[in-house]
Parts: sequence; C-alpha cells; structure tokens
Amino acid sequence: MIQFDRVSKRYPNGKDALSKVGFTLPAGQLTFLTGHSGAGKSTLLKLIMMIERPTQGQVLIDNQNLNGFSNRHIPLLRRKIGMVHQNHQLLFDRSVFDNVALPLIIAGYARADIGKRVRAALDKVGLLDKEKLNPIMLSGGEQQRVGIARAVVNKPPLLLADEPTGNLDPALSEEIMDLFKDFARVGVAVLIATHDLSLIARYNHRLLTLREGRLIHDGDESGEAHGA
Amino acid sequence: MAPNNTNKGKSNRGARSATPVKPGRQKTERPRRVAGAHSAQTSLRDRFISWRQHHRDSLRDALQRLNAARASSAMTILVIAIALALPAGLAVLLDNARAITRGWDGNAHLSVFLDMDISEARQRALAEEWQGTENITRTEVITRAQALAEFKALSGFGDVLEALPDNPLPPLIVVFPDSTDPVTLRALENRLGDADGVDLVQLDVEWVRRLHALIELGERLISALTLALAAAVVLVMVNTIRLAIESRREEIVVVKIVGGTDGFVRRPFLYTGFCFGFAGGLTAVILVQVALWWLGGPIDELLMLYSSEQSLTSMAASSLIILPLFSGVLGLLGAWLAVGRHLGDIEPNF
Repeated sequence: MIQFDRVSKRYPNGKDALSKVGFTLPAGQLTFLTGHSGAGKSTLLKLIMMIERPTQGQVLIDNQNLNGFSNRHIPLLRRKIGMVHQNHQLLFDRSVFDNVALPLIIAGYARADIGKRVRAALDKVGLLDKEKLNPIMLSGGEQQRVGIARAVVNKPPLLLADEPTGNLDPALSEEIMDLFKDFARVGVAVLIATHDLSLIARYNHRLLTLREGRLIHDGDESGEAHGA
Repeated sequence: MAPNNTNKGKSNRGARSATPVKPGRQKTERPRRVAGAHSAQTSLRDRFISWRQHHRDSLRDALQRLNAARASSAMTILVIAIALALPAGLAVLLDNARAITRGWDGNAHLSVFLDMDISEARQRALAEEWQGTENITRTEVITRAQALAEFKALSGFGDVLEALPDNPLPPLIVVFPDSTDPVTLRALENRLGDADGVDLVQLDVEWVRRLHALIELGERLISALTLALAAAVVLVMVNTIRLAIESRREEIVVVKIVGGTDGFVRRPFLYTGFCFGFAGGLTAVILVQVALWWLGGPIDELLMLYSSEQSLTSMAASSLIILPLFSGVLGLLGAWLAVGRHLGDIEPNF
C-alpha cells in the first residue's frame, strides 16, 4: 500500500529530515512508526500526505508514484488516506455528524448515502448516540474517536495516525488501538506514529524506528526483522 | 466551507436522507482498491449532484454568515453601497442634465444684426432670401421698431431710450438652424457674416456648447470616480475575505487534509464576496433612489423656473439590476484576489 524507495528529504534550511528511507507497508498490516521528536516521523507522514515532496527517491501509494502527481492530484490522493491527529482537528462550529460527513461531502457522495455511511462510522467507534452533539461537549477519548470516524468514513485503503493516544489514559488508548486493529483486519494499511513506548510494547506489531532521519529498525517489537 | 449544516447541534438529518436514492450507487460501497488517484469513489452523476449541492450550500452558508455577524456585515455592505451610490447618483444627475440641455438645443439660433442703414423692406427681402437655404429652417424678422418696443418692455430702461434722439437698435434677423452641430453652426455663422448688409452674427448656442463641454467633463470625472471607487470596493472585499479566511483557518486545514480541492475551499469565500457585493449594490440603488426622491422637489422647481418641460428622472430600470450585479462581480473579484493570495498560505501541518 505504501512504498518508500530510498527517500530523502532536505528542508530549505538545510536540515536533512529523512535520509534514504526505504520500506513497504502491505495492505491489512498495522505498523508503528517511532523515534524521538525530530527523528523524521512527521516528515514521513507529510510525504505520504503530499504536504511535502521528497528531495530524492520516490514514494508510492497504491502503486502510484507520487512524484508524478501535480498539486491538482493532491486532494484525490488524500481522499484515499484517513488521517487521525493527536489534537483531533475537529471543527467546533458544527455537530459530530457534520464533522464526520465532511470527507464524504468533499468526495461528492450522494446525500442519502452520506447519512448511512456517517452513522456506520459513528457506530463503529461507539458514538452513534452523540451525532447531534457539538464535539466540544465530548471527552478527549470521544473526540479522538470522532476523529477516527471521520478518517475512516469513506473507507480509505490507508489510515495514518499521528500520536493518536497522546492525550489518553491507557484504557482509552487500548480502545483506540482495538479500533485500529479492526481496520487492519479488514484490509486497511494502518501506520501509527507514536513515541508511546508502552503502547508499542503492549502490542506485537511491526515497528519502524527512525533516528535522525534514518530508518534504524524495521521489524517487530522484539527486534526480529520483518519480512516486508 | 460548512458544507452541510452549520447550525450548531440542530438536527435536520431527516431531510438529508429524504433525498431519493438512485440505484447503482451501491457500487461505491466496494473497497476502491482499483481506483487510482485520478478517479474518485463516486459516480460522475453523484459528483455533479454533490457539486451543485455544494454551490447551494456555499451560497446558503455565505448568507448565514453574513447574517450571523450582522453588524460588521452591515458596515461592509454600507461602505460598498456608499462607494457605489456616489458615482451612480452623479451619473443619474448628469443624465438628467443631458436630457434637459437636449431640449434647449432646439432653441439654438443665430442673431444676425444688420447694418443700421438697411431698410425694413431690404431686411424682409434678406430674411426671405435666406429662408430655405442650406441649414436654415426658418428666419424671423425683428424690425428696429419691434426691437425697441421689446427692449422697452423687457429691460425697464424705456425712459432712458425715450431720451435718445434715435432708435439705437439695429435691424435683426433671427435665423433658426436645422442642426446643433457646432461645425455646421460655425459655417453658417461665417456664411451669414459675409453676406451684404450684415454687421454682426451672434451664435446664441455658445453657452449651450459650454454646458455640453462641462457635461462631458462631468462624464469623464464620473468615469474616473467610478473606476477609483470600484477599485476601493474590490480592496474592501479583499480585506474582508482575508479576515474571513483567517477566521476559518482551522476549517480550511481540515478540508485540505480530508481531500478538499482548492475549488471546494474557495467556493464559500467567492459566494461571500459576491453576496457582499450584491447586497452593497442593492443598498446603493436604494440610497440613490432615496436621494433622488429627496432632491426631486427642489430640482423640479428649479427646472420649472428655467421653463423646462423636463422633470427629474430616476435611475433606468435596467440599472436597478445592473448596479447590484456589477457590484456583485466586484465583490467576487475581490474575493478571488484574496483567496488566491491567502488560501495557499494555509496548508496542513502536524
């Protein structure tokens, strides 16, 4: 689903955020991405979202080389990627329903379809009874789940999460992780960027570790190399 | 933005699901693995319906936001209205001036003063002779005696004239031209001036011509004023939309993250610009009409004193709709400039 082929990113200020990073994420796999702040996690996510472009190498999403994409194609790429943020990025001027419906409206789904899909997504994250509320009235964990519902509502083949459990206690983190595992099980490639080592330790999933822009570890948590 | 329903917490979900479901949409349910980035997961038909819907939503959203911030919206609209009412009002007044002087043109005539020793018979013969020649519709003879009588009656200097030994007034032939074209008149003036027995030809349209020149100058000034104030309207809109963009930064970021195209992001702001412009133009029309109504009484009176048949005419019916549309386009232009300049600055970041 995602392929990085010797990808380097140097910012205009001369900082090398990524150096020759290469890995492949297949569909249906849940993968952790870790590293200290500044190690290049955010840059890696930005390259996938095409917020940044690589200086060298190529990123392939769904077997399509992003280097061949013009800015005009970026929205269409992003519709294939569900993104979950640490700070949820919800809009507080509208209801939970409207927050979750946004990607569908943008993608041009029929109105009748939207209601169905939004409720399915909210049902999945257990917030079906909160659709009319403003997200500001929800707890942190609930807001995060609204964010997840919005990320998956149009059934993207790829789900990115940036510190999804950053502000949540372990019990809530586990709920969120269970959701991600469910999505991986139905064929979604899930990439979770986190520096929450206890979270990583609790699950035995593939782990990518970045240090100073280099991929220094690719395998499961025990250190075993992954056959990717 | 606010694609759908900005009413906080209010529910009208039922209405949404009431849209008839077309068969064949279910194909979008399948995992879209096959679809490249170039194709979306929805049918063209759905996307067209949705695109139209988003236009409608954008317009409604723009109006709702205008309404939500009533005081500041009203101020922006008034600024636009005043900026446009000024040239529009002046243009109406100028139109009136032009219409009135067109009526006066009909009275343009040349006063041909003959030599003092020309007899009345010769005077009449000349008038007869000129009548019907090129560019002359008719002539009118005013004998020395008639001139004296008229002068006595009108000037109030009758007693002074009595005291004079001789009638000092020359014989006069009033010539009515068939055209008000300055070149023709000038040629006619020269032709008559060269005729035997003519002392002096006076063109009585001189002041009308000056007035025309003034009106033309006024037109130019109004054009310049319109241009300057239209630019001001655009700039006001650029600033208003810039603030609107700034206040909706988060929303723009989210829309971009979930795959909103630039068009999708731009649309609500363009509608906002158009609505501001249109409302401003409409208000300008009202301002002009009220001002004309208020000035109407005194102006009609003034016109009557100049014995004109004209009365003040207000804006043409077509301008009633053209001005708001023009203003709407200005608003749209301002919004376009603001959006082009500022939307690119807002990119997702994490």
